[in-house]
Amino acid sequence: MPKSSDEREVVPRPSGASVWEERGISRRDFMKFCTAMSAALALPMSLVPRIAEALEADGRPSVIWLEFQGCTGDSEALLRAASPTVGEIVLDVLSVDYHETIMAAAGHQAEEARLKTEKERTGKYIAVVEGAIPLKDGGIYCCVGGRSAVDIAREVCGGALATIAVGTCASYGGIPAAAPNPTGAVSVSEAVPGATVVNIPGCPLNTDNLVATIVHFLTFGKLPAVDGKGRPLFAFGKRIHDNCERRPHFDAGQYVEQWGDQGHRKGYCLYKMGCKGPETFHNCPTQRYNEKTSWPVGSGHGCAGCSEPHFWDTMTPFYRRLPNVPGFGIEMTADKIGLGLAAGTAAAFGIHGVVSALRKGDESDEGKEG
Amino acid sequence: MARNRSCLYEEYVWEVPVRATHWINMLAIIVLSVTGIYIGSPKTLGLDPSDYVMGWVRVVHFTAGYTFAVSVASRIYWAFVGNRHARWREFVPFLYPEGRRDMWRMFLYYVFLSRKVPHPTGHNALAGATYLLVFTLYLVMVGTGFALYAEHAPGGVMHTLLTPLYALFSNQGMRLTHHMVMWLLVGFAIHHIYSAWLMDVKERGGVMSSIFGGYKPVKRGE
Repeated sequence: MPKSSDEREVVPRPSGASVWEERGISRRDFMKFCTAMSAALALPMSLVPRIAEALEADGRPSVIWLEFQGCTGDSEALLRAASPTVGEIVLDVLSVDYHETIMAAAGHQAEEARLKTEKERTGKYIAVVEGAIPLKDGGIYCCVGGRSAVDIAREVCGGALATIAVGTCASYGGIPAAAPNPTGAVSVSEAVPGATVVNIPGCPLNTDNLVATIVHFLTFGKLPAVDGKGRPLFAFGKRIHDNCERRPHFDAGQYVEQWGDQGHRKGYCLYKMGCKGPETFHNCPTQRYNEKTSWPVGSGHGCAGCSEPHFWDTMTPFYRRLPNVPGFGIEMTADKIGLGLAAGTAAAFGIHGVVSALRKGDESDEGKEG
Repeated sequence: MARNRSCLYEEYVWEVPVRATHWINMLAIIVLSVTGIYIGSPKTLGLDPSDYVMGWVRVVHFTAGYTFAVSVASRIYWAFVGNRHARWREFVPFLYPEGRRDMWRMFLYYVFLSRKVPHPTGHNALAGATYLLVFTLYLVMVGTGFALYAEHAPGGVMHTLLTPLYALFSNQGMRLTHHMVMWLLVGFAIHHIYSAWLMDVKERGGVMSSIFGGYKPVKRGE
């Protein structure tokens, strides 16, 4: 790593640079953040100065943060950091013009702030959506300021430069869309067809992934590359199981057999406890949560697959490897049913065999067709 | 009887690819089922974190899986180039009147409503139709198996080629299918061995040994 005096030569420092120091972020910490971001985005080190330049530039885009059928968990994830971080401030200095949970304005005043941004910065602001959007019965199940969520989302996302769906509910409908989905909840991309949406699922989302997506946007002027489910590849391109710190125990053949047993205390693999790491694509093992403090598997609990579409319906039961077989009770596992099937077959043909063996006078064609 | 025996001659029924794929499939299914059950619900067999029990079990499972896939593909290819007993027509008897008649006769014998044991030289019609179902299950297993395997490299060649499967199955639904079809195939194997024994006894056509040597004793038509 170059010394800080060298960095000053490499990185041009426009007027925005002092913003960071005013906020108590040293030049060294700032460059560390830029490096960490380039790592999170899997970009080469040579792009670090470009990231720094982009973050220091003036004219950061406005952000309208909408919340619909959600639990505010994603906003919480963003706000509840243990100490102010560079990532937090990146989001802070983005001009967040509307965010129901944190904005000072209320009522019509708040709605006006949103409308002002929509009107004055059409096609230039970023829309962030948290929570699912109900469509049933004209979308009446979620209204803000007398207007339905779908109405507001179509207006705001339709005029946005890009939309970021934060959390599983906004990305895929999440828990509000779980069966029987009484409100007809859908994801942002389904509710606003045609909008440019990048999904950052997770319950809650990992703030690092949101910040990295925004940094990517500020640096390159476009959203990061996504997979077939609209998720950024840098964060959702690999399976949890393949990067898991407990993976060596999986390969070795060492499993937690029940909660609190010797294997659990030793940090063995949680595969048998229903961990959905093998079916979930997310960077939790490497990026972790809350300033890289920990993550579910790290703290001894299996992955629930929270960042996958329809996880509430398809990843349950959370403490079993396989879903329940439709039409059978919850105590019947697929393998119990299968074993019963095999035993039943054996019994049926056994009886058939006894009957056949005792039966006399069967007459063979003896292959007369030749 | 004596007259009949003098008219028997040997007919080459099961060609080498038919027999080879039959036995490779059998071995592969046994290996895949045993390793698959371990992968699905493992026991703690590793004593030390540097052991590689699950690792080796998976290597064996994947190797057997590739072998099985090649064997199944070969047999399907042979259904278009092999002799008439290996041909695809044998597996769709319900498409032509003679086949439907043979299926019905075989069914009547199986449910003890007839004492006449049909004895075709190749597959009996009911068995042929069953193998169509079995091969469909094979393809489901190969498809879901490789789709689950390819999840380690999303965006890779295999993952991309199998895109339709990821759309067809939910992630967990695919695992459930892979488990349940194994049990269906275990059920089939029990039925298959039993039926082969029954036919060997009742047809007196040497069906059991024919899958080893390929020849069957057949009565020459007058």
